[in-house]
Amino acid sequence: MRKSALLALALLFSPLVLAAEGEGAGAPLDWEHWQAGNEVSNTASLQRGARNFFNYCAGCHSLKYLRYSRMAADLKISTDQLKANLLPAGAAPADYVRASMAPEDALAWFGKEPPDLSLIARSRGPDRNYQFLKTFYLDPSRPNRSNNLLVSNPAMPAVLSDLEGVKEAVFRNVEVTVDGKVTTEKRFDHFVTVVPGQLNDAQFDDFVRDTVNFLDYAGEPSQVDRRSIGVWVVLFLLVFTWFAWLLKKEYWKDVH
Amino acid sequence: MASNDAEFKPGFWGWLNKRLPVAQFMRSQLLEYYAPKNFNIWYFFGSLALLALVMQLFTGIFLTMFYKVGDTTSFDSVEFIMREVDYGWLIRYMHSIGASAFFIVVYLHMYRALMYGSYKAPRELLWLFGMFIYLALMAEAFMGYVLPWGNMSYWAAQVIINLFSTIPVIGPGLVEWIRGDYGVADATLNRFFSLHVVAIPLILLLLVALHLVALRQSGSNNPDGIEIKERRGSDGKPLDGIPFHPYYTVKDVVGVGVFLLLFAVVVFFVPTFGGLFMEEANFEPANPLSTPEPIAPSWYFTPYYAILRAVPNQRLGALLLLMAVLLFFFLPWLDRSPVKSVRYRGWWYRGFLAVFTVSFLTLMYLGLKPATGAYVTAARVSAIGYFAFFLLMPLYSRWDRVKPVPERVSFHA
Repeated sequence: MRKSALLALALLFSPLVLAAEGEGAGAPLDWEHWQAGNEVSNTASLQRGARNFFNYCAGCHSLKYLRYSRMAADLKISTDQLKANLLPAGAAPADYVRASMAPEDALAWFGKEPPDLSLIARSRGPDRNYQFLKTFYLDPSRPNRSNNLLVSNPAMPAVLSDLEGVKEAVFRNVEVTVDGKVTTEKRFDHFVTVVPGQLNDAQFDDFVRDTVNFLDYAGEPSQVDRRSIGVWVVLFLLVFTWFAWLLKKEYWKDVH
Repeated sequence: MASNDAEFKPGFWGWLNKRLPVAQFMRSQLLEYYAPKNFNIWYFFGSLALLALVMQLFTGIFLTMFYKVGDTTSFDSVEFIMREVDYGWLIRYMHSIGASAFFIVVYLHMYRALMYGSYKAPRELLWLFGMFIYLALMAEAFMGYVLPWGNMSYWAAQVIINLFSTIPVIGPGLVEWIRGDYGVADATLNRFFSLHVVAIPLILLLLVALHLVALRQSGSNNPDGIEIKERRGSDGKPLDGIPFHPYYTVKDVVGVGVFLLLFAVVVFFVPTFGGLFMEEANFEPANPLSTPEPIAPSWYFTPYYAILRAVPNQRLGALLLLMAVLLFFFLPWLDRSPVKSVRYRGWWYRGFLAVFTVSFLTLMYLGLKPATGAYVTAARVSAIGYFAFFLLMPLYSRWDRVKPVPERVSFHA
């Protein structure tokens, strides 16, 4: 319920916010309060998210606690579709989702092993996953020429830039007083797209939201079941408690 | 009303009762156990604590079937339970949220005792057994928290075990002895598992049994703090007492229903409870190289944690933390008031109870926040309020202008 409300809010306001910020005037882009607004019960979104994950993430990142077969069953992907589109060569449906890249290569190329993403939605929360994927920007000083607002100097390059386009971050100097001393601090203000990508803003936003949604699912594959069982448990307990209350009232009639 | 009728009944019931006093036990403990009739909502939490204990034991048994203790296996096996064991997620959530539920119930249960003077004579031992249960529960919860071997598990163990290093002379050696290694490691995890699933549950069960026997012996207190045993009818039964069964069994079932309802809402819809019942940092495996910011213990320890951090000197802080817990033990002797219940106490006690309540809740909140600036000041003020409640009690409980206690309990059918 809350998530769908947030989704509605995010859909309502995010294009407006982006449009306003695009003009470079007014308040700085409020990316720290962006919410993913994803909904794990939306299977179509999860399917798109899985597609995005296997096209853009699975090369480097594993989901070592998730089996292909479990994912296919939960996301209503047939075994044929799974084998044809998602399963890497040599993998069986019951295998866990492993990254294609060898760990020693990863270490050599990126300086660290890309983390397993099974629990990234649980340890960081979908909102921060969303903010991370949407705040990459061009930074020629970095070895991979990109940087990120949420995680500064990430080992991960801006892998979605062919979709999103290349953004430059505009910073402005702000005077801050710390312990009575006035210093200037570089604060992020807004993004400027310097090379457009294949997707427009709204399409890219959907792309990231679906991907984050898939990661949310991967963090706790039982969560949709959990909620639907919970409704019945709560209904049962309401009836149970009501009957217990009637029984109590009946017995306590004798107590004066 | 011969006490051994059941022995002479035909069939299995008679056979059984000739050999085991089942009927006699049920009669003496339930049907002829007279409890005050004026229990209010605060009297649900004893039976609910028992329910929480049983629930933890039951879910714990199933978790132990799949959990694999070890610094390379614990984290993976918890995820295995969450994902691949049928309804493993339910059992695991019930267990970890059950710990929080247990503490909520126990805190309310203890607060009831503060309001109605349930620790006062003749219930001092009942209170002491309860306090030992609380201590055992804290140890049980802390060690259980370490078992998933998430990053917060690791760092919480690090911080809490290190508190022992503040003990003069033996501190550093003691810490090594507890950990079984030079740092929190596999050896620590293994012994915590052993203590969590065997030793402390046994101690808890023993203490709960003693707590219940002591309760049966002195009888329950009640919101008026009146001893119902002192006013008996011509049949020898307390005038203000009603048989525990069926009256309080049916009433407690209502409490169980409401409790399970709230519990189910959390388990099925908000299991992490905004990071309060399960922290985000614990979904990352233990990592000695990466400290979570800030390290916060589970919410039920935060009042003590806030006191620890409010003191600049670590040794003094640890001492005050210990004192904050242990002072509860002395309540029966700190309290000099002639009356039990807050209903008949004067404004001194009421005022200090209010100060304690606000201080405890404020400390609980502050323990979750970073120890900086205004938060530290607030923690210091609250800690003074917390300790004042206990340490000044011998004075204000004597000064208090108490109201006359009626002979019979107040009860509105």
